[in-house]
This record gives sequence, structure tokens and C-alpha cells, in this order.
Amino acid sequence: MEFLNDLKDQVSTAYELLAAGWGVQLLWGIAWTLAVTVVSMLIGAVLGSLVAAAKLSHRGGLRFIGESYTTVFRGEPELLIIYLFYYGGTQVLTGVARSTGSIGSTDILNMPSFLGGVLAVGIISGAYQAEVFRGSFLAIHRGELEAARAYGMSAWLRFRLVIVPQVLRLAVPGLGNVWQLTIKDSALISVTGVAELMLTANKAARSTHHSLLFYTVAGILYLVMTSISTPIFEKAERYTSRSFTRPK
Amino acid sequence: MSANVAAAAKAAPSSGETPAISVKDLRKCFGDHEVLKGISLEAHKGDVISILGSSGSGKSTMLRCINLLEIPDSGEVRVDGELIKMKQGRDGRQMPADIRQVERIRANLAMVFQSFNLWSHMTVLENLVAAPTHVLKRPRAECLEQAEALLKRVGIWERRDYYPPHMSGGQQQRAAIARALAMNPKVMLFDEPTSALDPELVGEVLRVMRSLAEEGRTMLVVTHEMSFARDVSSKVMFLHKGEVDSVGEPKEMFARPPTPQFKQFIANFNK
Repeated sequence: MEFLNDLKDQVSTAYELLAAGWGVQLLWGIAWTLAVTVVSMLIGAVLGSLVAAAKLSHRGGLRFIGESYTTVFRGEPELLIIYLFYYGGTQVLTGVARSTGSIGSTDILNMPSFLGGVLAVGIISGAYQAEVFRGSFLAIHRGELEAARAYGMSAWLRFRLVIVPQVLRLAVPGLGNVWQLTIKDSALISVTGVAELMLTANKAARSTHHSLLFYTVAGILYLVMTSISTPIFEKAERYTSRSFTRPK
Repeated sequence: MSANVAAAAKAAPSSGETPAISVKDLRKCFGDHEVLKGISLEAHKGDVISILGSSGSGKSTMLRCINLLEIPDSGEVRVDGELIKMKQGRDGRQMPADIRQVERIRANLAMVFQSFNLWSHMTVLENLVAAPTHVLKRPRAECLEQAEALLKRVGIWERRDYYPPHMSGGQQQRAAIARALAMNPKVMLFDEPTSALDPELVGEVLRVMRSLAEEGRTMLVVTHEMSFARDVSSKVMFLHKGEVDSVGEPKEMFARPPTPQFKQFIANFNK
């Protein structure tokens, strides 16, 4: 009985805390997390396709650059990359600004936290997306590319009409994975001060001393975000692979 | 080259017009293996030339050198009299000097492949209008109209909204032939168009090809279909170990094989 009463107390405290404003803050946290993830995915898509193209190039130098990129950014801890971009970026910006005299010699020019964060996460996401795009390109039926050449399509037309649609189709499942990774990586940029879900949960936990409550709630919210994305990607996959599945 | 070739060349109609395709002394190596050892060929408007040969004789490679899917090591290819310009690449091998010219010429030489190679993410109808609208830059409405007419002609109009992987091999190959026709090509190149088909589907594809021959299309056909070579084509060319072994009028070639190699080759088919 005592246990039940205790639980009841816990629940009502939780309710009070969430209603007192932490709930709204957590919702804002979700919005920022999604914003960071989407922007990082987009940066990663641009970088990833360039890196994939470099890795597939017949030029040795480009291949080396591509290989180095994926090796470094998949091989280093994500947190290190984020520190490097945020604090390292701040150091570089400050140095440049001081030497041009646009700030005083003791002032500091901070890397904008959102920008530093999404650049770092986007670059990491790009390393994984590059692998997805490269694999998808290699899975394209060679004969279809040959047919595109035989029908007089220029490199640009082949890219636009055959390679991009087929790579996207083949890449959807892999991109779904990268999306999940990127959502989780977005939690790390709380260290730069972006008020995304992780930072908000942290703040709430520290100021109310209800760590168990807020980390659990944040954990559930992350799980909701990652599990909602699964059926969305499955639906996208069904759509993009419609030419391979039997019509009903 | 044997004496038969010279005789056959003399017998061929040598009108004054520019040949649709003229190939001179084509050579190509894959590594140490010399696949083409100096092949020459002339196709005039309306010619249907069957190119025969056992596997490894170089017949597909020769066809693919004409539209530069393979780059010949030496020799020249002319389409409608226009020489495809080549230059020395940095690795010392030949390469096309002007890729725009190659693309323009390829658009005139529609190819039909052994494995169909329809674009699998497009419906049949989209397959037929993609190159005419984007490469030839013809108005889309006009291309669609022509595409539907061509699909009716090859008998798969009711499959126009299907994706290629949802169709039988014979239907896919007929769609691929329609895709080639949609380019209004000067010459059609067929690279073993029936070799990947189940035996019962070969007939429907050959029927379409025969009707194209009958309407005077210029066709180069690499094939193993002896009946097509003998009854439909206007000329037969037999390659053996990378060289032209014999060329001639089909009925004559089959009735009196000019070389022991060709005799052996057709004997293997009649077994």
C-alpha cells in the first residue's frame, strides 16, 4: 500500500513539474532536435553525394580524398568532432576576428552554436550517407547505364534521368538508418548549447533534482521519434521500389 | 581476309551513295587478347546485315565499337559519311575527341541489347519518351503520341504503364525495340536480341524484327538465329577469331558455305 501511495506521489509530482513549464520546454526541445536532424541530414546529403562521387571516381586523388573522409568521420568519436568544430571553430573565428581588428584583443567570437552543431553532425552524417549512396550506385544495373549512353544521353542527363532516381530508390532503407543515427547524434550537440531535447532534459533534471523522471521522459520521446520514422521510411521504400514489387 | 570476302564485296551492290555505316580496319584488344583483328564493314541504307560467329569471335564487340560503347584501339567508324573523331588519350589509348559528336551519332544508332536494358524505374511509356524528349529535344506531346503508336505496333500498348520488371522477356524486348524506333534512328544495332529469351518468346521478337526489315530499315544484327540470318537479312557476315571470315548473300552462303569455318559453324546449328 505504501508503495502505491509512493507511486501516486511520484506521478503527481511528475505531472506538476511537466505542467509547470518543463513540458512545453521539452516540446521545444523536440522541435530543435528535429530541426538539427533535418538540417544535418541535408548537409550530409550534399556532402555524402560529393564524397560518394569522389570515391567512385577513376581519378586516384579524388578517390583518396573520399576514402579519407569516410575513414576519418566514421572512425572518430562523434563528440570529438563536435568539440573540434565548436571550440576549434570558436578559436579560429576569434583568431581571425582579432587579427583583423574587428573585435578587441581579449574578446571572443563564438562559433554560433546551431551552426557549429549542424556542421559537425552533418559532416558525420555525410560520411555514412556517402557509403549508402556509393552502395546504391554500385547496385544500379550496369546495362541500364549503358543504354543511357547508347541513346546519346550526356553525362548530366544520365545523372539526372537514370542515376539519381535509381540511387534514391536504392538508398531509402540505408538513409532510414542514417536518419536514426543522426537523431541520436543530435543529442551530442547539447554541449554547444542548442536547446534541443537532451539539453532541455539535462536542465530540467538538474534544476528540479528529478533526474530519473526527466531522463526517462526524454528517453521515451527519443524512442517515439525514432520509431515514428521507421514506418515513414518503410512507406517511402514501398513507393520508390514500386517498379520492383509486383503490382496488386 | 580470304578470297571469298573480296568476291562477296564485289558482288555487293555498290551504289554511289554514302554508306550508312562504314567501318575500316577495326582493332580492339582486351588485355593481351586481341578480339578484333582488323574488321571492315559497309552497310548501305536498307541493308539488313546479320553478323554471325561463335562466342568469342568478336561480333558483339564489333557492334559495340560502332556506337563507341567500346573504344576501338584503331580503325575508323563513319556514320552517314561522318568520321567519328578520335584522339590519343593520356594513357596512350585512343579516345573520342569530341564527346558531343559521339552523343549526337549515338542518338542516330539506336541499340537493342541482349538483356533489354530498359530503365527499370520508368514505365514503358516513359522509357520510350525519355531519350527523344531529352536527347533529341522533341516536344513531349509529339513523342508521347509516337510512343503510343509504336507500342501498338509491337503489340504491347496495353502494357504502356507497366514497369519493365513486371513484364515477360519478350514484352520487354519488344518495348526495347519500340524505344529504339522512337529515336527515328538511321541505323538500328541489335546485339543478340533473342539470346536471353525463353524459346517460346523468341518468335514474337523475331516477328517484329522481320517487319522492320521489310519496311526497309537499316539494321546490323548480331544473332544466333539462323533462320533470321538466312531468310530475312540481305547480307550475312561471318566472324571467326576476330576476323571477317566470309561475307555474302544469305541464301548463297547457307547453300554453299564459302569457307570450312562457316560450314562447320552452320553444321553445329543444324545438329
